[in-house]
Amino acid sequence: MTQQAAPAGFAMPVPGRDGDDETVPGQPGQGDEEPLGDDALVDIGAWRKQLSISGVLDRLDSELVGLAPVKTRVREIAALLLVDRLRGRYGLVSSRPTLHMCFTGSPGTGKTTVAVRMAEMLKGLGYLRRGHLVSATRDDLVGEYVGHTAPKTKAVLSRAMGGVLFIDEAYYLYRADNERDYGQEAIEILLQVMEADRDDLVVILAGYRDRMDSFFASNPGMASRIAHHVDFPDFTADELVRIAELMVASQSHRFSPAAHQAFREYIELRMAQPRFANARSVRNAIDRMRLRQANRVVASDAMVGKDDLVRLEEQDVRLSRVFGGG
Amino acid sequence: MRITQGAFSYLPDLTDDEIAAQLQYAVDRGWAVAVEFTDDPHPRNNLWEMWGLPMFDIADAAAALAEIRACRDAYPCRYVRVSAYDASYGRQTTALSFIVHRPPEEPGFRLERQEGADRHIRYTLHPYAAVQPHGQRYTEASG
Repeated sequence: MTQQAAPAGFAMPVPGRDGDDETVPGQPGQGDEEPLGDDALVDIGAWRKQLSISGVLDRLDSELVGLAPVKTRVREIAALLLVDRLRGRYGLVSSRPTLHMCFTGSPGTGKTTVAVRMAEMLKGLGYLRRGHLVSATRDDLVGEYVGHTAPKTKAVLSRAMGGVLFIDEAYYLYRADNERDYGQEAIEILLQVMEADRDDLVVILAGYRDRMDSFFASNPGMASRIAHHVDFPDFTADELVRIAELMVASQSHRFSPAAHQAFREYIELRMAQPRFANARSVRNAIDRMRLRQANRVVASDAMVGKDDLVRLEEQDVRLSRVFGGG
Repeated sequence: MRITQGAFSYLPDLTDDEIAAQLQYAVDRGWAVAVEFTDDPHPRNNLWEMWGLPMFDIADAAAALAEIRACRDAYPCRYVRVSAYDASYGRQTTALSFIVHRPPEEPGFRLERQEGADRHIRYTLHPYAAVQPHGQRYTEASG
């Protein structure tokens, strides 16, 4: 441990507090934020960088394809939180916004991914202290017998404190057909905590559009406590191909030009089929292509180089069931 | 008489923010935080009653602080303390323990002398609060 300035009297040096965190007025700093005068100016760019929004937002742009309305909403929230912090520096009243959210959209449109990014961003902006994401489904919240639900829900909530609680397929919490279902109890505890501890916790509900709508219709208290409803649009074929390129690249593979064209055709055929799950279907398709590629490479008796292990060929795509082959 | 047990007990009472900061330190080190309460102030009373299970997998002190508040609301006239257990030694090891709530009035202790043979004297402490039966000590009416 480095020698620190000797504190007066018997006081111990405060750990983690070094002498070099003096704040420059108008610049973001780690220390206490002293109020600014009425005519002071702040450097937005420096704040944005310091608060790592730029990093998170840029990654959101570069790593997530499409999703324009989602990105707009995330940007708006980021801007609001930044402006609120700046207003605080001038001594203006800035009420802490409620940030409970609802993500609706078809399967595979990136709801979970965006929730993880949201948690990072909220931590970067100082809205959340931890910025971790706790994923929960009905199983984690609702108990099996009387009196089991409340402790279970509370345990999950206390685990999520300081971060984001992400409830996937939230409409399963409420079962309209069974009035003795314990889901209602979990919803009530959730509502209470969403209201009382909203400084410590952001709840994000996710699920399919129509079923979330009917869930909110039967739980008006829940609907009114959620300020942000974000709809995740389905991806277009072009976007899915770009997603596939990113996924393939992240797994150190690449398409040959013919395979690229074939994959484009594959996506269009697959989108017309039932149970199409957007990016998730793309990921599964790529996994199957890698299987076929591996099989092809193993079956060939020739010498194999690095490029052969990386390249996905047209036949790896074309052999798919979707083309009516097998 | 203000009883002094655990860490920080010679300091003024910690504020909730200070308690949260201490607990966050414990949580960051992976210690399980438990809330306990009692109305028996004797210094050798180690086994306090538990308020719920220890919190093993929380990430933020706000969760523990919420339990402390709930315990204070339920037992405004008892002592409440938090303990942080460090499980890394493979046995139950209290790494940090401090009182977070006290009854409004602490009547203190009486020193008792017991005459033994050969003018020996044995000393013992008797808490005034323990005159009343369990659950009726430190009522708001008396204190």
